[in-house]
Amino acid sequence: MKLNRRDMIVLTAGASVAALLPVASSAQEAVDAIIAEFTGGAEMGAEGLTLTTPEIAENGNTVPVEVDAPGAASILVLASGNPTPKVATFTFGPMAGAQFASTRIRLAGTQDVVAIAKMQDGSFVRASREVKVTIGGCGG
Amino acid sequence: MVDTATPRVRVPRDATAGEIIEIKTLISHDMESGQRRNGDGDLIPRSIINRFTCDFNGQNVIDVAMEPAISTNPFFEFMAIVPESGTFVFTWYDDDGDVYTDSKDITVT
Repeated sequence: MKLNRRDMIVLTAGASVAALLPVASSAQEAVDAIIAEFTGGAEMGAEGLTLTTPEIAENGNTVPVEVDAPGAASILVLASGNPTPKVATFTFGPMAGAQFASTRIRLAGTQDVVAIAKMQDGSFVRASREVKVTIGGCGG
Repeated sequence: MVDTATPRVRVPRDATAGEIIEIKTLISHDMESGQRRNGDGDLIPRSIINRFTCDFNGQNVIDVAMEPAISTNPFFEFMAIVPESGTFVFTWYDDDGDVYTDSKDITVT
Protein backbone atom coordinates (compact mmCIF):
# COMPACT_ATOMS: atom_id res chain seq x y z
CA MET A 1 0.00 0.00 0.00
CA LYS A 2 1.31 3.38 -0.97
CA LEU A 3 0.79 6.20 1.54
CA ASN A 4 0.01 9.61 0.11
CA ARG A 5 -0.02 12.84 2.08
CA ARG A 6 -3.76 12.66 2.88
CA ASP A 7 -3.52 9.15 4.32
CA MET A 8 -0.59 10.23 6.43
CA ILE A 9 -2.55 13.11 8.00
CA VAL A 10 -5.48 10.81 8.81
CA LEU A 11 -3.15 8.25 10.32
CA THR A 12 -1.27 10.67 12.56
CA ALA A 13 -4.50 12.33 13.71
CA GLY A 14 -5.89 8.93 14.63
CA ALA A 15 -2.72 7.94 16.42
CA SER A 16 -2.62 11.10 18.51
CA VAL A 17 -6.27 10.71 19.56
CA ALA A 18 -5.56 7.11 20.55
CA ALA A 19 -2.52 8.26 22.52
CA LEU A 20 -4.52 10.87 24.45
CA LEU A 21 -7.50 8.68 25.36
CA PRO A 22 -5.80 6.28 27.81
CA VAL A 23 -4.49 9.21 29.89
CA ALA A 24 -7.94 10.75 30.30
CA SER A 25 -9.65 7.45 31.05
CA SER A 26 -7.03 6.26 33.55
CA ALA A 27 -7.51 9.43 35.66
CA GLN A 28 -11.28 8.80 35.60
CA GLU A 29 -10.67 5.16 36.47
CA ALA A 30 -8.57 6.19 39.47
CA VAL A 31 -11.42 8.39 40.73
CA ASP A 32 -13.98 5.63 40.10
CA ALA A 33 -11.80 3.10 41.92
CA ILE A 34 -11.53 5.33 44.99
CA ILE A 35 -15.29 5.93 45.00
CA ALA A 36 -15.98 2.19 44.60
CA GLU A 37 -13.62 1.43 47.49
CA PHE A 38 -15.49 3.93 49.72
CA THR A 39 -19.05 2.98 48.74
CA GLY A 40 -18.54 -0.69 47.91
CA GLY A 41 -20.31 0.00 44.62
CA ALA A 42 -23.54 1.14 46.28
CA GLU A 43 -25.95 3.53 44.56
CA MET A 44 -25.48 7.19 45.46
CA GLY A 45 -28.27 9.69 46.09
CA ALA A 46 -28.04 13.40 45.28
CA GLU A 47 -29.83 15.00 48.24
CA GLY A 48 -28.49 15.73 51.70
CA LEU A 49 -24.89 16.72 51.08
CA THR A 50 -23.84 20.33 50.59
CA LEU A 51 -20.43 20.92 49.04
CA THR A 52 -19.33 24.55 49.07
CA THR A 53 -16.41 25.67 46.90
CA PRO A 54 -15.51 28.92 45.17
CA GLU A 55 -16.51 29.04 41.49
CA ILE A 56 -13.13 30.49 40.59
CA ALA A 57 -9.97 29.95 42.63
CA GLU A 58 -7.15 32.31 41.73
CA ASN A 59 -4.61 30.26 43.62
CA GLY A 60 -4.85 26.47 43.42
CA ASN A 61 -2.56 26.13 46.43
CA THR A 62 -5.26 26.99 48.90
CA VAL A 63 -8.89 26.54 47.90
CA PRO A 64 -11.49 26.69 50.70
CA VAL A 65 -13.85 23.70 50.70
CA GLU A 66 -16.81 23.03 53.00
CA VAL A 67 -18.87 19.86 53.38
CA ASP A 68 -22.11 19.63 55.32
CA ALA A 69 -24.21 16.46 55.45
CA PRO A 70 -26.59 16.15 58.42
CA GLY A 71 -26.68 12.52 59.54
CA ALA A 72 -23.45 11.50 57.85
CA ALA A 73 -21.02 9.07 59.45
CA SER A 74 -18.13 10.09 57.21
CA ILE A 75 -17.44 12.25 54.16
CA LEU A 76 -14.82 11.59 51.46
CA VAL A 77 -13.49 14.53 49.42
CA LEU A 78 -11.86 14.00 46.01
CA ALA A 79 -10.17 16.32 43.53
CA SER A 80 -10.87 14.48 40.26
CA GLY A 81 -8.11 16.26 38.30
CA ASN A 82 -5.25 16.00 40.81
CA PRO A 83 -2.30 13.59 40.34
CA THR A 84 -3.59 11.80 43.46
CA PRO A 85 -7.35 12.43 43.62
CA LYS A 86 -7.91 11.67 47.31
CA VAL A 87 -8.02 14.82 49.45
CA ALA A 88 -9.41 13.88 52.85
CA THR A 89 -11.86 11.67 54.70
CA PHE A 90 -13.75 13.21 57.62
CA THR A 91 -15.15 10.75 60.15
CA PHE A 92 -17.54 12.16 62.74
CA GLY A 93 -17.56 10.88 66.31
CA PRO A 94 -20.29 10.92 68.99
CA MET A 95 -19.26 14.43 70.14
CA ALA A 96 -19.57 16.02 66.70
CA GLY A 97 -22.01 18.94 66.92
CA ALA A 98 -22.81 18.78 63.21
CA GLN A 99 -21.61 16.70 60.28
CA PHE A 100 -19.80 19.73 58.96
CA ALA A 101 -16.16 20.43 58.17
CA SER A 102 -14.22 23.14 56.41
CA THR A 103 -10.62 23.02 55.19
CA ARG A 104 -8.29 24.32 52.47
CA ILE A 105 -7.10 22.12 49.64
CA ARG A 106 -4.74 22.09 46.65
CA LEU A 107 -6.07 21.82 43.11
CA ALA A 108 -3.75 21.13 40.15
CA GLY A 109 -6.06 22.90 37.69
CA THR A 110 -9.67 23.49 36.70
CA GLN A 111 -11.60 20.37 37.68
CA ASP A 112 -14.55 18.87 39.53
CA VAL A 113 -14.32 18.55 43.30
CA VAL A 114 -16.37 15.53 44.43
CA ALA A 115 -17.68 14.77 47.90
CA ILE A 116 -19.34 11.52 48.95
CA ALA A 117 -21.08 11.16 52.30
CA LYS A 118 -21.69 7.84 53.99
CA MET A 119 -24.87 8.24 56.02
CA GLN A 120 -25.46 6.59 59.39
CA ASP A 121 -28.07 4.31 57.76
CA GLY A 122 -25.43 3.03 55.30
CA SER A 123 -26.66 4.92 52.22
CA PHE A 124 -24.43 7.20 50.16
CA VAL A 125 -24.84 10.71 48.79
CA ARG A 126 -22.66 12.35 46.14
CA ALA A 127 -22.13 16.03 45.36
CA SER A 128 -19.80 17.61 42.82
CA ARG A 129 -18.79 21.19 41.96
CA GLU A 130 -16.53 22.53 39.24
CA VAL A 131 -13.77 24.88 40.38
CA LYS A 132 -11.95 27.02 37.83
CA VAL A 133 -8.32 27.37 38.86
CA THR A 134 -6.18 30.23 37.54
CA ILE A 135 -2.82 29.04 38.92
CA GLY A 136 -2.46 25.34 39.72
CA GLY A 137 -1.28 24.22 43.14
CA CYS A 138 0.77 21.09 42.65
CA GLY A 139 4.20 22.61 42.08
CA GLY A 140 6.19 21.97 38.89
CA MET B 1 9.27 20.65 59.66
CA VAL B 2 9.51 19.15 63.10
CA ASP B 3 10.73 22.28 64.87
CA THR B 4 8.20 24.64 63.39
CA ALA B 5 4.93 22.68 63.60
CA THR B 6 3.03 24.95 65.97
CA PRO B 7 -0.64 24.17 66.56
CA ARG B 8 -3.13 26.97 67.05
CA VAL B 9 -6.65 26.22 68.21
CA ARG B 10 -9.68 28.38 68.90
CA VAL B 11 -12.33 27.06 71.30
CA PRO B 12 -14.82 29.20 73.28
CA ARG B 13 -13.92 29.48 76.98
CA ASP B 14 -17.42 28.59 78.18
CA ALA B 15 -20.69 27.22 76.88
CA THR B 16 -24.12 26.21 78.07
CA ALA B 17 -24.81 22.48 78.59
CA GLY B 18 -25.57 20.81 75.26
CA GLU B 19 -24.45 23.80 73.22
CA ILE B 20 -22.94 23.23 69.77
CA ILE B 21 -19.73 25.17 69.42
CA GLU B 22 -17.44 25.99 66.52
CA ILE B 23 -13.77 24.96 66.68
CA LYS B 24 -11.03 26.22 64.40
CA THR B 25 -7.57 24.67 64.20
CA LEU B 26 -4.44 25.56 62.30
CA ILE B 27 -0.98 23.99 62.42
CA SER B 28 2.09 25.37 60.69
CA HIS B 29 3.44 22.65 58.41
CA ASP B 30 4.86 22.61 54.85
CA MET B 31 2.70 19.63 53.79
CA GLU B 32 5.31 18.70 51.16
CA SER B 33 3.16 16.89 48.58
CA GLY B 34 5.82 14.70 46.95
CA GLN B 35 4.89 16.21 43.56
CA ARG B 36 7.27 19.18 43.60
CA ARG B 37 10.83 19.20 42.25
CA ASN B 38 13.86 20.98 43.67
CA GLY B 39 16.33 23.10 41.67
CA ASP B 40 18.09 20.00 40.32
CA GLY B 41 14.87 18.51 39.00
CA ASP B 42 14.67 15.81 41.65
CA LEU B 43 11.37 15.06 43.38
CA ILE B 44 11.15 16.39 46.93
CA PRO B 45 9.95 13.45 49.07
CA ARG B 46 6.47 13.60 50.56
CA SER B 47 6.30 14.86 54.15
CA ILE B 48 2.82 15.67 55.40
CA ILE B 49 0.57 15.42 58.40
CA ASN B 50 -1.58 12.41 57.51
CA ARG B 51 -4.17 12.42 60.29
CA PHE B 52 -5.89 14.87 62.61
CA THR B 53 -8.20 14.02 65.49
CA CYS B 54 -10.18 15.96 68.07
CA ASP B 55 -11.57 14.34 71.23
CA PHE B 56 -13.68 15.72 74.07
CA ASN B 57 -13.30 13.98 77.45
CA GLY B 58 -12.05 10.85 75.66
CA GLN B 59 -14.88 10.73 73.09
CA ASN B 60 -14.19 11.45 69.44
CA VAL B 61 -15.44 14.63 67.75
CA ILE B 62 -13.80 14.31 64.35
CA ASP B 63 -11.11 12.14 62.77
CA VAL B 64 -9.64 13.32 59.48
CA ALA B 65 -7.54 11.18 57.11
CA MET B 66 -5.38 13.69 55.25
CA GLU B 67 -3.77 13.33 51.82
CA PRO B 68 -1.11 15.49 50.11
CA ALA B 69 -3.88 17.63 48.57
CA ILE B 70 -4.43 19.39 51.91
CA SER B 71 -2.88 22.87 51.76
CA THR B 72 0.23 24.08 53.57
CA ASN B 73 -0.56 24.95 57.21
CA PRO B 74 -3.61 22.66 57.44
CA PHE B 75 -6.75 24.41 58.64
CA PHE B 76 -9.92 22.73 59.92
CA GLU B 77 -13.19 24.14 61.13
CA PHE B 78 -15.88 21.88 62.63
CA MET B 79 -18.61 21.66 65.27
CA ALA B 80 -18.65 19.93 68.63
CA ILE B 81 -21.35 19.37 71.20
CA VAL B 82 -20.52 20.24 74.83
CA PRO B 83 -22.65 18.28 77.36
CA GLU B 84 -20.39 19.07 80.35
CA SER B 85 -17.22 20.88 81.37
CA GLY B 86 -14.09 19.21 80.08
CA THR B 87 -11.09 19.23 77.81
CA PHE B 88 -10.72 19.13 74.07
CA VAL B 89 -7.59 17.30 72.93
CA PHE B 90 -6.25 17.91 69.42
CA THR B 91 -3.73 15.55 67.83
CA TRP B 92 -1.85 15.76 64.54
CA TYR B 93 0.13 12.76 63.18
CA ASP B 94 3.16 13.49 60.98
CA ASP B 95 4.52 11.14 58.25
CA ASP B 96 7.85 11.08 60.12
CA GLY B 97 6.20 9.65 63.23
CA ASP B 98 5.99 12.90 65.18
CA VAL B 99 2.77 13.64 67.03
CA TYR B 100 1.75 17.19 67.86
CA THR B 101 -0.91 17.85 70.48
CA ASP B 102 -2.77 20.76 71.97
CA SER B 103 -5.64 20.91 74.45
CA LYS B 104 -8.26 23.44 75.49
CA ASP B 105 -10.54 23.47 78.53
CA ILE B 106 -14.15 24.53 78.34
CA THR B 107 -16.47 25.31 81.25
CA VAL B 108 -20.20 24.69 81.15
CA THR B 109 -21.94 27.54 82.94
